[in-house]
Amino acid sequence: MNPILSASGLGKRFGDRVACRDVGFDLWPGEVLGVVGESGSGKTTLLNCLAGRLHPETGTVVYDSAAYGQVDVHDLSEARRRLLSRTEWGFVNQDAREGLRMGVSAGANIGERLMAIGARHYGDIRRTASEWLGRVEIEQDRLDDRPTTYSGGMRQRLQIARNLVSGPRLVFMDEPTGGLDVSVQARILDLLRGLVETLHLSAVLVTHDLGVARLLTHRLMVMQGGRVVEEGLTDQVLDDPQDAYTQMLVASILPV
Amino acid sequence: MTMPALRVSGLAKSFVVHAQGGLALPVLRNVSLAVSAGECLALVGPSGAGKSTLLRSLYGNYRADAGSILVRHDKALVELVGAEPRTVLDVRSRTMGFVSQFLRVIPRVPAVDVVAAPAIRLGMAARDARVRAEFLLGVLGIPPKLWPLPPATFSGGEQQRVNIARSLNVDYPVLLLDEPTASLDADNRDRVVGLIQQRREAGAAIVGIFHDAGVRDALATRVYDVAPLGSAPGAAV
Amino acid sequence: MSESIADASPASGGPDQAYNYAYLDEQTKRMIRRAILKAVAVPGYQVPFGGREMPLPYGWGTGGIQVTAAIIGREDTLKVIDQGADDTTNAVSIRRFFAKVADVATTTSTEDASIIQTRHRVPETRLREGQIIVFQVPIPEPLRMLEPRETETRTLHALSEYGVMQVSLYESIARHGRIAKTYNYPVLVNGRYIMSPSPIPKFDNPKLDRSPALQLYGAGREKRIYAVPPHTPVKSLDFDDHPFEIERWDECCALCGSRESFLDEVIVDDSGKRMFVCSDTDWCERHQR
Repeated sequence: MNPILSASGLGKRFGDRVACRDVGFDLWPGEVLGVVGESGSGKTTLLNCLAGRLHPETGTVVYDSAAYGQVDVHDLSEARRRLLSRTEWGFVNQDAREGLRMGVSAGANIGERLMAIGARHYGDIRRTASEWLGRVEIEQDRLDDRPTTYSGGMRQRLQIARNLVSGPRLVFMDEPTGGLDVSVQARILDLLRGLVETLHLSAVLVTHDLGVARLLTHRLMVMQGGRVVEEGLTDQVLDDPQDAYTQMLVASILPV
Repeated sequence: MTMPALRVSGLAKSFVVHAQGGLALPVLRNVSLAVSAGECLALVGPSGAGKSTLLRSLYGNYRADAGSILVRHDKALVELVGAEPRTVLDVRSRTMGFVSQFLRVIPRVPAVDVVAAPAIRLGMAARDARVRAEFLLGVLGIPPKLWPLPPATFSGGEQQRVNIARSLNVDYPVLLLDEPTASLDADNRDRVVGLIQQRREAGAAIVGIFHDAGVRDALATRVYDVAPLGSAPGAAV
Repeated sequence: MSESIADASPASGGPDQAYNYAYLDEQTKRMIRRAILKAVAVPGYQVPFGGREMPLPYGWGTGGIQVTAAIIGREDTLKVIDQGADDTTNAVSIRRFFAKVADVATTTSTEDASIIQTRHRVPETRLREGQIIVFQVPIPEPLRMLEPRETETRTLHALSEYGVMQVSLYESIARHGRIAKTYNYPVLVNGRYIMSPSPIPKFDNPKLDRSPALQLYGAGREKRIYAVPPHTPVKSLDFDDHPFEIERWDECCALCGSRESFLDEVIVDDSGKRMFVCSDTDWCERHQR
């Protein structure tokens, strides 16, 4: 078995500022890797480098594609990378507005990936979109409504459906529950965890919320100043942190 | 049984607190023990001696500094000290169950689904896993009207029993128990003891911390003395 | 040729000597011809060209006029229509313009024309091999309303990522129960590029498919030229269960009785009395005989 995603020596700077430095890991099928650290620690830059949205200055990202075998994400032609990103990958943005088409209905949002890969039967597309709306716990009579009429939590669930409808194997998530009410967060966490398990997804999840990391991820990488300072099993990193920064981070969580 | 289910040798664990200038707190040194199928090893020792630390180190929740933890997993012995996270996760999902004192689950998930989840993850049909979960919740005295509710609102004792049901819903060959009866009344304690006894008799290898002497006497086949560092290391009795 | 135009020509019988033949200088015409050749070679692909200032404002057919100017010769016969009619201001002035600067014969007969410049219609008379139809295009980019960034629309074309176009049709069915777009209906050219057919009614889309005539499209404001060579497949986008359909009328033309042409609805008096007449004036006159 190969890792589904394998990064090594990733480095990226913006001008003088180092955004990430010498980051490497293997993500195995079915694993959810959490990347935690405070704002500016390089988490989101890393995620964008992994997903091919940013070009790192050093290092490689190898993806084990179902269609093409092992490919270097940054050596792929743009055509193929974009094809991968709407067939085998998903990307869940923190701000659902960035991941959705706000001007068209929920059904069209979910159906877009299907149409992009050749679906041309309106009734079938609509049926699939409706099923997915149900799977992400949105009432199916909201199918023809635009996401502008949805609450924040519903938009996030719609974004998840829009990403998962094409059956991706690898999902990148950037603070998927950031900016949502705590009660809404819980439902999305439960939804994501269920989907990750039933669809056997692999995922890289960026979050600054250690509670989210504990509930959703198997492994953690702790980043500080663009470097990985600690990694390991999620519960081990959180319950027995070794690095000084991780200890500080864990000790900073407010008890409930 | 010639091959123990769990064999620990030379295990050491200390905590380094960076906030206090890298202060090192050694807790375990040179711990060696072995548990076979059908045995229940009770960890005993004064409070603060490191019983919980040992148990958590066995589960990989704490990172051991030195030594070896071998677990029989898929008929082979797997080393957990220094293992890849996915190896530890695989051992946890199929071989080694852990009952902690606290239930840690996603909020707003019904109790029955919390209990069914580990079995579903191992491939059991959702309906079967739920039937089994309801059976266990029933045996553990959780009234059926609570099954569809999320356990966050339950009493401490109820939460603990949900936790036990969750860990027992999969037939783990190795069970680690951290005070499984701590906050239970006598009736519920006896129910839990009964269930664990059944598991032991069915061949599970169990390591546990039982403060209640009655529970310990009922379950333990041997005890292991965890002595505070400074005194002599413990020996199996 | 009308009196006033004849008066304006210093050398009667020849083109206006104040300008180069067909108004544009030879370098410009060559540049436009190169763009046209490229457009013909890559059917449906929008080729940028160095559009010139023309003696009329954007929106009045500056793109079409530049294309026509680049291909026209003295032996050509030019027909110009606007919404199917030969007698509207726009059609008449463009026709006179070329009569004056290119010394060509003009006609209203579709059959007789070698070049037909058009705004918003394709003639009802089936075009034949050897004819060229030049479309005036306001917005050449079919994805523009869905994706405002030019860099992104170019990438979408380059990679054939046309999901978003289908999304707009999906949305139309979800809102109206059918694809409600009636003009400027997007087409797929030669199985490769999605193209705007200019704001012709979708009634005319089937005429583009495998047409024996050469189709040239000129957008003056956005400085783009694209083309569909003769006999090229042009497919109107649709869904399997919502196939492309053209408009139909219960009425026939009140003037010629045609049941097969595109009809305009005309209000004829203050009480709201209406009648339906052919939009294609040449076709209608022919059928009245």
